[in-house]
Amino acid sequence: MKMIVAIIQPFRLDEVKQALYDIDVRLMTVSEVLGHGRQKGVTEFYRGVKETGNLLRKIRIEIGVNDEFLEPCIEAIEKGARTGELGDGKIFVYEMSECVRIRTGERGREAIG
Amino acid sequence: MASDLLVHISGANTVWVLLSAALVMFMTVPALGMFYGGLVKKKNVLNIMMQSFASLGVVSIIWVAFGYSLAFSQSEIIPGVLGDFHWSFLAGIGPSDPSPYFVSDSTGRVPHMAFIIFQCMFAVITPAVISGAMAERMKFPAFVLFVALWTVFIYVPLTHMMWSTNGVFAKMGLADFAGGTVVEINSGFSALACALALGKRKGQRGSPPHDLTYTLAGAAMLWFGWFGFNAGSGLAADGLAAQAFVNTNMAGAAAAVVWATLDWIIQKKPTILGFASGGVAGLVVITPAAGYVNVAGAMALGAAAGLACYGMVVFVKNKLGYDDSLDAFGVHGIAGMIGILGTGLLADPAITRGFAMNGGNGVAGLAFGGFNLFAVQAFAALVTIGVAFFGSTVLLRAIDWLIGLRVSERDEAIGLDATQHNERAYTVIE
Repeated sequence: MKMIVAIIQPFRLDEVKQALYDIDVRLMTVSEVLGHGRQKGVTEFYRGVKETGNLLRKIRIEIGVNDEFLEPCIEAIEKGARTGELGDGKIFVYEMSECVRIRTGERGREAIG
Repeated sequence: MASDLLVHISGANTVWVLLSAALVMFMTVPALGMFYGGLVKKKNVLNIMMQSFASLGVVSIIWVAFGYSLAFSQSEIIPGVLGDFHWSFLAGIGPSDPSPYFVSDSTGRVPHMAFIIFQCMFAVITPAVISGAMAERMKFPAFVLFVALWTVFIYVPLTHMMWSTNGVFAKMGLADFAGGTVVEINSGFSALACALALGKRKGQRGSPPHDLTYTLAGAAMLWFGWFGFNAGSGLAADGLAAQAFVNTNMAGAAAAVVWATLDWIIQKKPTILGFASGGVAGLVVITPAAGYVNVAGAMALGAAAGLACYGMVVFVKNKLGYDDSLDAFGVHGIAGMIGILGTGLLADPAITRGFAMNGGNGVAGLAFGGFNLFAVQAFAALVTIGVAFFGSTVLLRAIDWLIGLRVSERDEAIGLDATQHNERAYTVIE
């Protein structure tokens, strides 16, 4: 079992969700986060005052998957999120040692789906 | 008609009309901006509020420069349709000059300046209403250009036709108390033209309103401001103003209750958004009728608007699939039409008898034997629809050709606040 954590551009969320739906992955947790990578944040102006290095808005998607779903999921997220520009984001993959469905008490493979 | 010797500036009327002008200003910003702002995604809230503010700035300047003169001067470039430039920059109008215009009180006038600023606020709010149909996808420069051109080529001639002394429909005896044609049908059908010209927003899912507390507060402020909009339109602090005030409240109440009840029956829960939308529909429908119908008539019109606009917004729009994002057409266009025809039907001569319009004889709708009035109302509605819809379509095509109407797909996805204004409404972590 793996845990996928993807950090993407907020405006690509619809595309990523659609790409995941297309491979029948419908379980995910999405949150709004701040951060920046190599683009070093944005510059905004408020009454002429320059605000530099502000953290950028990003979307974090977390998906727990069984091993055979890992590669298709990664491909789908890449397909949905890639614009080819700086700031497209990253995908992190961790080993996941356990998964429990709280309602039924199921564990492991069954609990994920 | 009053002899010129009796004409004077009434202090009481002046207070009420100046206060009403301020109330109508308040309807545009912040009220309309908040009502619309709550309905859009949070990445577009500043842009939609900015559209209302921009309208206040741009239209006010056009109005004083030459808009008022073209709309209301008695000398004309095109007889019955368009005035001339002799009041440009309010030339020759002094602070003590009484307004040449009156509605319910022919001798106790307001200062000409008060009439000009009251009408200015009407010109400001009308294009701001249209912004609801362009939400979340229009380039800001294109919006500003549209507002400027639309005010000159559509709002001004229609105002001259409906409300100026020599206007073609004014002479026929049109009964449009506070702008069912000029403001409501006009903005509604122009909004439809905008929705069609711009096309749908990206993405199939309907996004939920980002903050309904804004929308509800905005609706409440609109209701508050509408008392000035309607009850101020008699240009006098008299009994007719009080009647219009009561009618305004009752139509809003009837429509809000009808809409929320329909929600309750059809979608199983009464909704805040339904109550607010219904309220606005009721206030729109009573706009032309406020100073002509009795209280029962006002409530009947309100109920009819609640029913019709609910059907339009919930069923018809989704069937036809045009993206009138915030229902500027579904509410203002439809309720405006019902209001104008409803005035032709339900105008009660007992309400206006003794006031200056129609020589003090009272204005009678179809239900009270006034066959002529209904025909005039229907004709004026048709002409307004035609000018608003086709005129706006031509303007939008021209702007699209010049600078493009719509933001890029990428900018639309990022949001208009960041891409059009380089600002954001909310921070996540300071």
